[in-house]
Amino acid sequence: MVKNIVNASGNSKWLSLAGKWITLLLTLVIVQVLISANIINDYIFSTLVTIGVNIILAVSLNLITGFTGQFSLGHAGFMSIGAYTCAIITLRYSTVFGFVGGVIAGAVFAAIVGFFVGLPTLRLKGDYLAIATIGMAEIIKILFRNVLEDITNGAAGLSEIPQFNNWIWLFVFTAGTVILISNFIKSSHGRACISIREDEIAAEAMGISSTKYKVIAFVTGAFFAGIAGALYSSYFYYISPDLFGFQKSIDILVIVVLGGMGSISGSIISAILLALISTYLQSFPELKMIIYGVLLVVIMLFRPQGIMGSKELSLSLLKKWTEGIKGRNGGAA
Amino acid sequence: MERFLQQIINGISLGSIYALIALGYTMVYGIIKLINFAHGDVYMIGAYVGYFCMTTLKLGFFPSLLISMIVCALLGVTIEKVAYKPLRNATRIAVLITAIGVSLVIEYGTMFFVKPDPRSYPLLTGFMAKSYHLGNLVFSSHQILIISITIVLMILLQFIVKKTRIGKAMRAVSLDRDAAQLMGISVDRTISFTFLVGSALAGAAGILVGIYYNSINPLMGVMPGLRAFVAAVFGGIGLIPGAMIGGYFIGLVEVMVSGYGNSMYRDAVVFAILIIILIVKPSGLLGKETREKV
Amino acid sequence: MPILSVNKLSKSFGGLMAVSNVSMELEQGELVGLIGPNGAGKTTVFNLLTGMYQPTSGIITLYRDQKEEQIQGLKPYTICKKGIARTFQNIRLFRDLTVLDNVRIAMNKNVKYGLLSSFFHSRSYSDEEKEMLDNSIHLLEILKLDHKKDELAKNLPYGEQRQLEIIRALATNPCILLLDEPAAGMNPAETAQLTEMIGWIRENFKLTILLIEHDMSLVMKICERIYVLDYGMVIAEGTPAEIKSNKRVIEAYLGEEM
Repeated sequence: MVKNIVNASGNSKWLSLAGKWITLLLTLVIVQVLISANIINDYIFSTLVTIGVNIILAVSLNLITGFTGQFSLGHAGFMSIGAYTCAIITLRYSTVFGFVGGVIAGAVFAAIVGFFVGLPTLRLKGDYLAIATIGMAEIIKILFRNVLEDITNGAAGLSEIPQFNNWIWLFVFTAGTVILISNFIKSSHGRACISIREDEIAAEAMGISSTKYKVIAFVTGAFFAGIAGALYSSYFYYISPDLFGFQKSIDILVIVVLGGMGSISGSIISAILLALISTYLQSFPELKMIIYGVLLVVIMLFRPQGIMGSKELSLSLLKKWTEGIKGRNGGAA
Repeated sequence: MERFLQQIINGISLGSIYALIALGYTMVYGIIKLINFAHGDVYMIGAYVGYFCMTTLKLGFFPSLLISMIVCALLGVTIEKVAYKPLRNATRIAVLITAIGVSLVIEYGTMFFVKPDPRSYPLLTGFMAKSYHLGNLVFSSHQILIISITIVLMILLQFIVKKTRIGKAMRAVSLDRDAAQLMGISVDRTISFTFLVGSALAGAAGILVGIYYNSINPLMGVMPGLRAFVAAVFGGIGLIPGAMIGGYFIGLVEVMVSGYGNSMYRDAVVFAILIIILIVKPSGLLGKETREKV
Repeated sequence: MPILSVNKLSKSFGGLMAVSNVSMELEQGELVGLIGPNGAGKTTVFNLLTGMYQPTSGIITLYRDQKEEQIQGLKPYTICKKGIARTFQNIRLFRDLTVLDNVRIAMNKNVKYGLLSSFFHSRSYSDEEKEMLDNSIHLLEILKLDHKKDELAKNLPYGEQRQLEIIRALATNPCILLLDEPAAGMNPAETAQLTEMIGWIRENFKLTILLIEHDMSLVMKICERIYVLDYGMVIAEGTPAEIKSNKRVIEAYLGEEM
């Protein structure tokens, strides 16, 4: 794995790549140790799961909405497909293999639905697409609540789902999602998606099939949302159709908007932030939604690019910020 | 056969409500190309204001209706000034997100202050409480009230839009904002007026629903709001006759699905209609195709 | 040897005939001008050639690799893949992306590595990315915009934005280049530079160029042949000298400087 990787600026950055892998490994090990020593108790760990799941949801939605510019308000629908698929499979086959199979099956089903949803609706623009995606998610919810009642237990939901999710799986899937989607963005196909956001007509004139790439973004986003759903149900052991409604889709949207549409590190930062706020405000659900609402309005009015805009967190960016702050404080230096 | 006709009556009553709400959506979309997510919540506020007037203030129905409409009109104008006007030149996604934010604030703000439990409207008395029979068909006075008030309001709206100067201004601004401005039309005032009228109609719908279904809760605007939006799109978003036709269509569809099928599938059918319309003819029943100029 | 032939092309919008029975032929390597008063339908012709509009009737034939193929009604990205590239009258750059990315995106159609490689950054990914990067920088170098490769497109001065539009179109590796008013908004010095550039790229990239322009100094100087459009119809065709003295053309422009 340690080979000469040349990035966009042409510098040899194998050292930074090795550095990234070491950081990941260290995080994985250190947190696992803390968990085993019970310093990280169940309460803290459940917050970690929420963060992980939200990161996957936010980054996958960001791919569709932030990077490709397709406004999707039904992301919770894809999550629910992953959640239910994995739950149903692990309730039958309560082994680790069942779990992994469940996660993969959940992701694949979500992707398939994403494909059939995406193909017709991605001809729509902006607001119309948003409403269509809301409609799709509602239809999925109704499917789980009524049509497929026999396997999903309807409105009562599924409980006592085997809790196969643990720190290692959570970390692997979360980090994996972030890495894979970041990789995609930095490829020619990822750039094609971005060009569609920038100017769809120009992109088509340059040989990019906008339908093809919109569907790719949608299906990929749906796939990872399915993984998030599976991870969710395999830890929080109870799911019901109402958990995955419009409110959940909004929750995810808020994370993406706050972090910056078009910034993966932004989504990660705001996922952490909002998971903490959400846990803190657990006993005041109305207050939390009011704050979310105000947050959306305020962000759009005063800082529509969110925390990170479309930039990514990197050492050079941190350097620029600190230099900027030093410059202001230092006066006429 | 009678059952069918009865359902038609029910469908027209429900359709009137959707038509009133859909009109607000369509007028706002026509003039600033915004799907006002908060519109369904203005309707909810109308229901609560009506409730407040009739229970705490012990006012009669018609004064309450008037107050509902006025309060909602003011609410609509305020929302526009605070949240939408600053974003007039922003991307469509930005305004849409803001509208979602406003909607959340209204819904959960109401829930916070008024508690999420449903409330019951007081029953109407006197001639308002009677039912009328035609053969075996039943017209409740509520239904007659809803249908007649809706017709009156729609006639009033047509008059405003077709015969007054401000109505002409509304049509001008929705066709070409810049040209309208160059002709001396105050775009800001016209847009505010549009919100005023649309929200007043939603307020009326709210109180009418309160006396019809009797129960109100802070999230009551979400589903009807979405359904009314489907109605507006079905009829042709941005077109007033479209909203009227769409409203009645969706009302009838809903009643038929509940009556003859399974009420569980009600929403699925409505959303399926939406998806189909958006794919087959996004400009709606009465709409015309437009194309981006390259 | 013809490379593109247009046969009785028509486009109507509702009742309005924007383009009416237009026939044109481009020989390989030619530099042809398309002129006419505003609203004559020139950009509509471009949009028809590039697949943005479906023609109401008529045939567009592309001759490439010893084959001929009808391309009317195909999607824009398909037509681009077949070798026709264009610039836009109103500059449609990817404004929030860098100059380099604008160019690289135009190379997407020739990319060989697939989705799996993009997720896992395989060897084929890194090799081809390096190649694309080198090719993009090289292209920017020979067209003198490489010093601004990391600049956001929206921050470029107007003249350089127009230049980038052309470079981006070239990055798609076309055989035919359609330029839509490339000199719009330029001063005489910039126009002279552009004129030189167009001649130069025709030579060095072995292109056939069809050019819409209002700036007659540019048109008369470099076009070998000119088609004149008015009210959607071809009213004249010939060399610059012939067009200059054509009565119908003069009438159509009614007193404009030629």
